[in-house]
Amino acid sequence: MGRYGFVLHRPLQLIPVLIGISLISFFLLHAVPGDPIRTLLGERTSPEVVASLRARYGLDQPLLVQYFYYVRNLLGGDLGESIVYKVPISDLLARRTQATGFLLVYSTVLSILVTLPLAVVAALYRGRLPDQIIRGFSTFGLGFPTFWLGLMLIIVFSVGFGWFPVGGYGNSFIEHLHHLFLPSLTIALALSAILIRTMRASLLQTLGADFVMAARAKGLSPRWIFNRHVLRNSLIPAINLLGVNIGWMIGGTVVVETVFSIPGLGQLMVKSIFSRDYQVVQSLTLVFACATVFVSFVVDVITVALDPRISQ
Amino acid sequence: MTGAVPALSRTRGFISRRVGSPKPVLMAGILMVAFWVVIAFAAPWIAPYDPNVHDYGAVLSPPSATHWLGTDMFGRDILSRIIHATIVDLQIGVLGVVLPFVLGTFIGLIAGYFGGVIDMVLMRLLDIMLAFPWLILLMAIIAVLGPGLYSFYIAITLVGWVSYARLVRSQVLVLKSSDFVMAARALGYGDMRIMLRHILPNALVASIVFSMSDVVLVLLAGASVSYLGMGVQPPTAEWGVMIAEGQTFITTAWWIPAFPGVAIVLMALGFSLLADGLAEQLDVDP
Repeated sequence: MGRYGFVLHRPLQLIPVLIGISLISFFLLHAVPGDPIRTLLGERTSPEVVASLRARYGLDQPLLVQYFYYVRNLLGGDLGESIVYKVPISDLLARRTQATGFLLVYSTVLSILVTLPLAVVAALYRGRLPDQIIRGFSTFGLGFPTFWLGLMLIIVFSVGFGWFPVGGYGNSFIEHLHHLFLPSLTIALALSAILIRTMRASLLQTLGADFVMAARAKGLSPRWIFNRHVLRNSLIPAINLLGVNIGWMIGGTVVVETVFSIPGLGQLMVKSIFSRDYQVVQSLTLVFACATVFVSFVVDVITVALDPRISQ
Repeated sequence: MTGAVPALSRTRGFISRRVGSPKPVLMAGILMVAFWVVIAFAAPWIAPYDPNVHDYGAVLSPPSATHWLGTDMFGRDILSRIIHATIVDLQIGVLGVVLPFVLGTFIGLIAGYFGGVIDMVLMRLLDIMLAFPWLILLMAIIAVLGPGLYSFYIAITLVGWVSYARLVRSQVLVLKSSDFVMAARALGYGDMRIMLRHILPNALVASIVFSMSDVVLVLLAGASVSYLGMGVQPPTAEWGVMIAEGQTFITTAWWIPAFPGVAIVLMALGFSLLADGLAEQLDVDP
C-alpha cells in the first residue's frame, strides 16, 4: 500500500466512531424532556393535530426506525429545521462556518507565532533565567479563563488604546483580520501555555539525540544544527499537539465568540441553548465532533508527509 | 527513593513509601490551595461587607479605602463577593473532579480487571467520547438538563470519567500480571479483595496526580459555563458570574470583571503547582 496507504483505509476505521457520534447526538436530542411537537405548537393544540404532526415527522415510529431516518437524512446533508429561525439548519450553519473557520485558523497561526520563539528560547537556555520565566508564564497561563482574558484584552486594547473593535466580524478579509485579532490572540495565548511545555520538552529531547551529536562532531555551526536538524524534527510533535488540541480550540471558540459577539457556530450554540432550539444544539454538537475527527485525520496525513519513518 | 521494593509490601503504604520531604513547587502549591481553603471557610468572618447587600449610594465606585476592589452596578462590594464566591468555585473544582474520578475509576477497574467484552465495549466508547470536543459535549448535556449547578455536576461526571477510566484501566492491566497480585491469587483471595485491596491502591497514584491538574480544567469549565449563564445562577456570587455581570460595564468600570478573574487565575495556579509538585515528588508522568 505504501506510505499513504492509510489515507485510504483509515477512513474505514473511523466509521464506527462516526456511527457512535451520530448515536450520542441522536440520544441527546431524545433525552430532552417534553414533547418537541407540543413545545413547537404550544399547550393548547388539540391532541389530533399533535398526533398528525407526530406522524408527519415520524415521531410515532420506534426509536430505532427514527435513528435510521435520522442517519439517512444526515447522509443527504439534511440536518433538520431550526424551530427559532425557521430555516434549514444546514443553511444556518453554512452562513456561520466561515467566521469560526477563520477564527480557528487565525488562532492556530498566532499560537505558533507565540509558542515557537518562546519554546526555542526556553530550550536553549534550559534551567537558566529565560527558561524559568517562560515556564512560569506557561504554568500561570494554564489557569487563565479564556473569557476573562478576552475581556481584559478588550479593556486594554479596544477601550483603552482604541486599536481594535470591541467585537464583530467585519465585511472584508482585511476587516476580518482586524476584528478577529483579539479573539484569536485570546485563544492563542491560552493554548500556547499548553503548547510551550510540550514543544520545549520535544526540543530538549531532539537536542540530546545522537544525530545532533553527530552533526556537532562534523563541525556544523550551532545555528545550522538548530535550524536544519533540531527545529525540523521537533515540528512533528508540535503539529501533532495542535491536532490533539483541536477539540479544546473548538470549545474555546464557543466562549470567545460569545465574548466578542462573533457571528460564528459557537455563538449560535450558546444562543440555541438558551432559546431551546435543541435541533440546532444537537446538529452543532455533531458537526463539531465530526470536524474534530476530520482535523485529527488531516494532522495524521501531514505527520506522515513530514516524516517518512512513520507509516502505518 | 529505593528502586527495588519487596513485592508484597508495595500493596500498603503506597504513598508514604515514595514520598520524601516536599520540594518547593509542591510546597508552594500546598500553601496556595490551603490559602483558598481558609478563605472559603472563613468567608463570613473575613469579608468586610455582606456580599448581596445593595448600596445605591456607592454604585460603580472604583477601588478605594472603603471598598478595596470597588463596587458593582448594585453597589455590592467586589472583595466581599470574591471572598464569598471562593467556596462555590472551590466546590466546583473539587466536586467536579471527585465525581468523575469515582465513576471513571470504578469503570476502569472493572474493565481492566475482567477484560473481554466489557473492556472492548469500554474502549470503543472511549474512542467515541474523545471525538467530541470536551466543552461542547458538556454544554450539550447541560442544554438537555437545563441550566444550573446540578446540571453542571451531572454533565461533568458524564464527560469527565473518560480520562480516569483510561488511566486506571492501563494501570490495572500492568498490575494484574504483577508478582504481588499473583501471590494474592495464590493465597486464594477473591476477585473483590484483590481488586480493592491490592490493585486499586497502586492504580490510583497516576489518577491522583492527574486529578490535580484536572481541577484546573474543571474550575475553568465551571467558571466558563457560569459566565455563559448555564451554571451557577445570579445573584449567587461566583467568579464566572461576576465577570459576566461586569461585561456590560467594561468601558466604565473595569474592576468588576478584572478582580474575579485574578481570583480564578490564582486558584488555578495553586492546583497547577500542586499537580506539578506531586508529579515531581511521586515521579509519575500522567
